[in-house]
Amino acid sequence: MNAVRNFLHGVGDRFRALPRWAKIVLAIAAAVFVYLLPIINPPLITTTDSDFGAVLFLCALYALVAIGLNIVIGYAGLLDLGYIGFFAIGAFTVGILGSAHGNIPLLLCIPIAMAVTLFSGIVLGAPTLRVRGDYLAIVTLGFGEIVRLVLVNADGLTGGSRGISNIPTPPSLDLFGVPHLVWDGFVAKVDLSNQTRFIQFSVTDSIPYYWLALTLVFIVLFLDWRMQNSRVGRAWEATREDEDAAELMGVPTFRFKLLAFATGAAIGGLSGALFATKQQFINPDNFTILYSVLFVAMVVVGGQGNRWGVILAAALLTWAPEKFRFLSDARFLLFGLVLMALAIFRPQGLLPPRRSVRAKRADEETEVLEEGAAHV
Amino acid sequence: MDLLLNNFWELTITGLAYGAIYALIALGYTLVYGVLRLINFAHSEVFMYGGFAAVWVLTAIGATKATGLGTAGFLVVAFATAMAMSALVALVLEFVAYRPLRKRNSPPLIALISAIGASYTLSEAMGLRDKPFKWFGKDQDLVRYVGRPREASPFPLNIEVKRLFYVFDYHVSNIDLIVLGAAIIMMIGLDQFVSRSRLGRGIRAVAQDPESAALMGVNRDRVIRLTFVLGGAMAGAAAVMYLLKVGQIRYNSGFILGVKAFTAAVLGGIGNLRGALLGGFILGVAENYGQAVFGGEWKDVVAFTLLVVILLFRPTGLLGESLGKARA
Amino acid sequence: MSDTKAGASSADETRGARVDDDTPLSPDEDARPDTSVDISVDAVTDLPKGKMLEVDDVTLRFGGVTALDGVSFHINTGEILGLIGPNGAGKTTCFNVMTGVYQPTSGDVKFMGEALGKRKKFQITKLGIARTFQNIRLFHNMTALENVLVGADAHHSTGMGSALLRLPKHHSEEREGMDRAYELLKFMGLEKRADELARNLPYGDQRRLEIARALATNPKLLCLDEPAAGFNPAEKARLMELIRSIRDQGYTVLLIEHDMKLVMGVTDRIVVLEFGKKIAEGVPAEIQDNPAVIAAYLGVDEDAS
Ligand SMILES: Nc1ncnc2c1ncn2[C@@H]1O[C@H](COP(=O)(O)OP(=O)(O)O)[C@@H](O)[C@H]1O
Ligand SMILES: [Mg+2]
Repeated sequence: MNAVRNFLHGVGDRFRALPRWAKIVLAIAAAVFVYLLPIINPPLITTTDSDFGAVLFLCALYALVAIGLNIVIGYAGLLDLGYIGFFAIGAFTVGILGSAHGNIPLLLCIPIAMAVTLFSGIVLGAPTLRVRGDYLAIVTLGFGEIVRLVLVNADGLTGGSRGISNIPTPPSLDLFGVPHLVWDGFVAKVDLSNQTRFIQFSVTDSIPYYWLALTLVFIVLFLDWRMQNSRVGRAWEATREDEDAAELMGVPTFRFKLLAFATGAAIGGLSGALFATKQQFINPDNFTILYSVLFVAMVVVGGQGNRWGVILAAALLTWAPEKFRFLSDARFLLFGLVLMALAIFRPQGLLPPRRSVRAKRADEETEVLEEGAAHV
Repeated sequence: MDLLLNNFWELTITGLAYGAIYALIALGYTLVYGVLRLINFAHSEVFMYGGFAAVWVLTAIGATKATGLGTAGFLVVAFATAMAMSALVALVLEFVAYRPLRKRNSPPLIALISAIGASYTLSEAMGLRDKPFKWFGKDQDLVRYVGRPREASPFPLNIEVKRLFYVFDYHVSNIDLIVLGAAIIMMIGLDQFVSRSRLGRGIRAVAQDPESAALMGVNRDRVIRLTFVLGGAMAGAAAVMYLLKVGQIRYNSGFILGVKAFTAAVLGGIGNLRGALLGGFILGVAENYGQAVFGGEWKDVVAFTLLVVILLFRPTGLLGESLGKARA
Repeated sequence: MSDTKAGASSADETRGARVDDDTPLSPDEDARPDTSVDISVDAVTDLPKGKMLEVDDVTLRFGGVTALDGVSFHINTGEILGLIGPNGAGKTTCFNVMTGVYQPTSGDVKFMGEALGKRKKFQITKLGIARTFQNIRLFHNMTALENVLVGADAHHSTGMGSALLRLPKHHSEEREGMDRAYELLKFMGLEKRADELARNLPYGDQRRLEIARALATNPKLLCLDEPAAGFNPAEKARLMELIRSIRDQGYTVLLIEHDMKLVMGVTDRIVVLEFGKKIAEGVPAEIQDNPAVIAAYLGVDEDAS
């Protein structure tokens, strides 16, 4: 595990040391590769039991979720166990406005969904962010469950347990076909009979949705980076470190916590909207509290506060059960065990933010120094 | 609204019976929170294991129908098994999931993550209990215990409902009476234990000031184990009452009940034993009234909304002191 | 580290490398404070003379304990006021009331002529009262530089919008914060430590970093709660020098110190608390000869030994 982490950090260091043009070229190459993954179908990685494009879509979708929740948990230190509630509100806003009770085009539904979740984030956060941190966990858990129960019971609005179907797709612009690769062992062949239309959104092909999700991931990542590297990011970090001291240094901690909570909620809403348009059919069963825990697991496993870590964890935790189908029954059992083991053995996560790694290295050095001193 | 007024006493008394179950579970949350400042998220699973233990043991000894003394005997067995099982699970939980963290002084968020992990592990392990037996081909022999692990397991003991006496217009049943009676006995016992015995004083000392308690020679680890055992035993008792009221239990029955019991603990003032009892009864009754007004499907929504509202206006609960005093 | 141009990102890059290539942990590599650095701020130096802060008949009870009992005193602009008293006298509590941590049970605190009332902690900081803590409370997992930047952010207003769009305000405030932070780190002799995590700094540096962080908020009144606790006499003397030069740059200082002799040398006036009551107030010479003060301190010495 340490070897993997060191490798990844090593890659990060190397990358940072490169000249600017090389960074740009490499980043573009990596991005192109990620976009082309479902076309390339790389052996070993590709899933045989389920549609690889659909699996990748889920990976990107949950990466988006993890980035949003990472702002709440990783940056601001607020344990939100009701994130699925925002996800559900986003999805159902799109469903209600785009299909059940309206006919609004998707591209308009999505910003509305984000606005609605942002607003619900503020409504839930404003009273509860003042209470102790561990109460917040329970309140948000309750919130997630309230949302689900309301979805089930308010059939007039949400279709109850039947759910909503015929959710609008994004507008298509059919330009050209992209043939997939098929692998014979490790030899690739172009399969002209199997093409993805660029860019045609439909139930039969998940790949355009994957591209859409991935694009959103990149956009949100960029904004996330800008927020973190600013006064806002510093205020979050200070608040997480020592709330009273931060407040006494002039940080309006409540306002910043609310900002993190609401921003996270809006990203959750965006993810939910994306989920709804991909599925085209949603019902309350898609939004049980189990998912909240899954999302938290992604952030904690990835390393709270490290955007790349949580993306990696989201992708891994989504991909692994699809790849290893025989384990899917025990999925939540494994989550439970992993969470416990992580809390006990690696509380900082698989890929902790650079800061904790630095701190740890420095601690080790101190220990060495102290031991040295003790021997003298 | 009419429904509430017409059935006021029925709603109150059944509400109190459910409230007693919440209250007993809430005691576990409050005890652990008092000494560790930890929300023992997996406490709901401690409850659930107790319930299953009672079901299994009664199944094993063939307790299905009984009258009079027989019923009482089976009930005693059920309570004893459930309480022992829950106490055991709580103890193991403390040992596996919390003690290693305590030794490392982990931050509260990490402890809560571990608690959530433990909760999932325990509940999923129950939900997959047929698997290990399947590997050894024994699942058919034990089908009464491990068959259909994701479905509800019924309580084998079938107690005929008898109406005993009226409270105003509600005809109180023997089940109501057993549940309320057992709960009150447990509560009085626990209250006396904590306020009178030496071990109980240790709990209170650690809850108030861990450092001074340690200086005075209180063994903190022992006190912590004791709180888990006591909280577990109460949850086990609650599980039998739940079986009496609801008639069945599932691998995930603990979750909602746990959140509600926690609500009760917060409502009464977390860390405060009598607060947990008060909170449990209030929640049970409020939920029943809310259900009559808004309809049964909104019962849980009423409970959770109550939680949010309480934290809003009185984060320290009804009987709690102010916890949130800033230190600088 | 001449890299004071905007952007935490550039700081990010330099940060990663540091831990490996030097050994910052030996406490004896002692960078001296550079008191020639100009750390004054116009908003602070241009204040009218007179009473800056008035504590007016403040009483504070915790349940049965009366931590402050009808305490009144004031601080003049530009002076160093010493607040002394035996342990448990209520000095820290007094700070807590002045900075909004506690609301007084009765009485009130006026700052620049205005009652603090129910103002929140961060609002009071923005008004111009900054403090350090008796038990160090840095942001331990942030670098020294970032700690000071958080302080400087007290007078910044970049919010999510400016940060996301990288509006000019973001850039100018980042630049201003960096400049201010380096100025203060240099003044405190911490420039070389800028990119180390606060918790890896030697103890003395942590104490000085707390002062730098508080100064970064541009405080009209700087409150120091036993800043020399745990120092040896030579270090204490040096810190007192430093505090005096902070005052010479135009800041008003309220200094809590346990050690009476030390306070005598630096302060302009002294207020003495005992059991939550003010027992004396005056210039150091008066305090030194005050029988009540001597009794209070003698009593404590007996207890302590
Ligand atoms: N949060 C609190 N709750 C109860 N008592 C407190 C609290 N803070 C301080 N006190 C009491 O107030 C008195 C003054 O404490 P303090 O101001 O810390 O003294 P010092 O002069 O040593 O700084 C002490 O008796 C202390 O026990
Ligand atoms: Mg003090």
